[in-house]
Amino acid sequence: MLEARNLTKWYGKGEGRFQALDDVTMQVRRGESIAIVGKSGSGKSTLMHLLALLDEPDGGSVLVEGNEASGLHAKAVNELRNRRFGFVFQQFFLTASTSVLDNVTLPLKIAGVPARERRVRGLAALKKFGLEDKAKNRASDLSGGQKQRVVLTRALVGEPDVIFADEPTGNLDSATGRVVEEELFELNRARGITLVIVTHDEDLAARCDRQIQVRDGRIVDSSEVAA
Amino acid sequence: MKTTDLVRTAFANTFRSKLRTTLTVLALFIGAFTLTITTALGAGVSDYVTKQVASLGANDVFLISRASTTTATDSGPQKYDPATSSPGTGTSNPLTGSAGALTDADITTLHNIQGLRDVAPISTVAIDWIEQAGGGKYQFTIAPTSSIAQSDLAAGSQLDSSSSDFQVVLPEDYVEPLGLGNTADAVGATATLGFTDVAGGTHTVTATVVGVSNTSLLNAGAGANSALVDAVAEQQKAGSAAPNRYQVAVAHFPTDASADDIAQLKNDIAAAGMSAQTIEDQLGTVQTIITGITGVLNAFAIIALLAAAFGIVNTLLMSVQERTREIGLMKAMGMGSGRIFALFSLEAIVIGFLGSALGIVVAIAVGLPLNEALASGPLSGLSGLDLLLFQPSGLIGVIALIVVIAFLAGTLPARRAARKNPIDALRYE
Repeated sequence: MLEARNLTKWYGKGEGRFQALDDVTMQVRRGESIAIVGKSGSGKSTLMHLLALLDEPDGGSVLVEGNEASGLHAKAVNELRNRRFGFVFQQFFLTASTSVLDNVTLPLKIAGVPARERRVRGLAALKKFGLEDKAKNRASDLSGGQKQRVVLTRALVGEPDVIFADEPTGNLDSATGRVVEEELFELNRARGITLVIVTHDEDLAARCDRQIQVRDGRIVDSSEVAA
Repeated sequence: MKTTDLVRTAFANTFRSKLRTTLTVLALFIGAFTLTITTALGAGVSDYVTKQVASLGANDVFLISRASTTTATDSGPQKYDPATSSPGTGTSNPLTGSAGALTDADITTLHNIQGLRDVAPISTVAIDWIEQAGGGKYQFTIAPTSSIAQSDLAAGSQLDSSSSDFQVVLPEDYVEPLGLGNTADAVGATATLGFTDVAGGTHTVTATVVGVSNTSLLNAGAGANSALVDAVAEQQKAGSAAPNRYQVAVAHFPTDASADDIAQLKNDIAAAGMSAQTIEDQLGTVQTIITGITGVLNAFAIIALLAAAFGIVNTLLMSVQERTREIGLMKAMGMGSGRIFALFSLEAIVIGFLGSALGIVVAIAVGLPLNEALASGPLSGLSGLDLLLFQPSGLIGVIALIVVIAFLAGTLPARRAARKNPIDALRYE
């Protein structure tokens, strides 16, 4: 479904210039869960950003269902991210002063979904995570675990094919982290949503179908975990 | 994102940091308030002048006087030349310098100019007093051009220049002292005018009040029809053989004359050593002064708005900085740069709109009572004058101007927001 071919990416200029990714080739298959693991600074986040079309590679290409992403218009890329990708970042990136419902329906708003439908779909998505009674609360009034569930709801509300998660449990205590983890894998199992998880948490990585080890911008190990 | 959502979001975002928005809006408010008041002032005065001109109803009339005798300060007395020299009038006009008087020869010259008709010298008559049976005597002045112009009437009708009856139009402030009751009652009453001839003899003449005029900027004094003026002028000469001297003559030009025709006629008249002005020319001076004053006031308002524009830039730059992650998130979720730009520009426009709307509302709230107070107080002598005239076109103009300024101020922060890279924005700590 997603394919990275010989990706290279440089950061910085002049003397401080360094290579974040060096000739990385990999594939993401539909319906699988894949963990990109490595130490901080290994280039794992960069790889995810390139796969999610948030950034452009300096060399190589990303293919979405066989089509080169670099050949797409900016508008088509935006639409692709909006309709088919869901994002969970290490930080919540919730807009503190607006309501939970508004935060959750932001991708729909960007997609141009009418207000009434946004509300219906937003509430339905919140219900799945048991957050419907918080819909009118301000996002800043929630606990950490609730916030991460709001973020998951936001990632899911547009019914994406792929969820990109960058350290989804990094900011949570272990109990809440486990709940979020369960929810992610439940989505993968029940709805066939592809998961691309960037993490340095060994336990989380071990639960994925596949692990990709990144070190110094290269894939050093790609292991299939027997189901 | 749909445009309606964009507008709604921009509104909501504007109110997220209330204090900052309020302060920026206040800065714009001051500019909008000033601009509204000065625009209304300009509109009010020029509307009044226009109404006065219309009420004079003399669009096809030249007022002709002797061209100013330019007395060069370094050349001493001028040589007498019987052909061009004219006697001084003794009164000097501060705007034009001392002007000579017209002689009968000048009037003949004017008669001979192609395109002018009904050339008539205006006799100046000096009335000593007016009295209505049973009341006291009051000083009275007849405006020299009243027989050709129309008055801004409060009651009654205009003077009839072809009538042989003696007619006057009274200024409305004479009605009560003369014991004529109200303005409507005064119409049809008769009054006695007293005057002195050059030899010192006193005379009286009785005239009918045909109309009552509003006190106004342009109608100084009462009006009298030509029959009355001529009769008084004849008696005032008391049979003396002194040559006629006229301050002003009137001449009509064709009503369909173009601006070029009028300019040509003026040149012809100037060639004969006289100067011609239309009523509009005379009022133009008033309007030019008013336009100048409102222009200066407007300039101050614009300066206030420019200062406020930098306030908008600052507010939005802070907002962009604060919302870097939010912008990054929206871009990651597929919002295009164009829409991000539109969102922040709209926020600037919302601020501009709020400031201008508030300024206008307050200006009207302050202006209307002020108008009332002025009209019944210091400016009660000028009936029909609304000093501040709030015209919809002017108000819309103020809003449009401020919204445009706000939009321009917003483009810099909006561009900065639109250029943010989602990755950099999401890494931002």
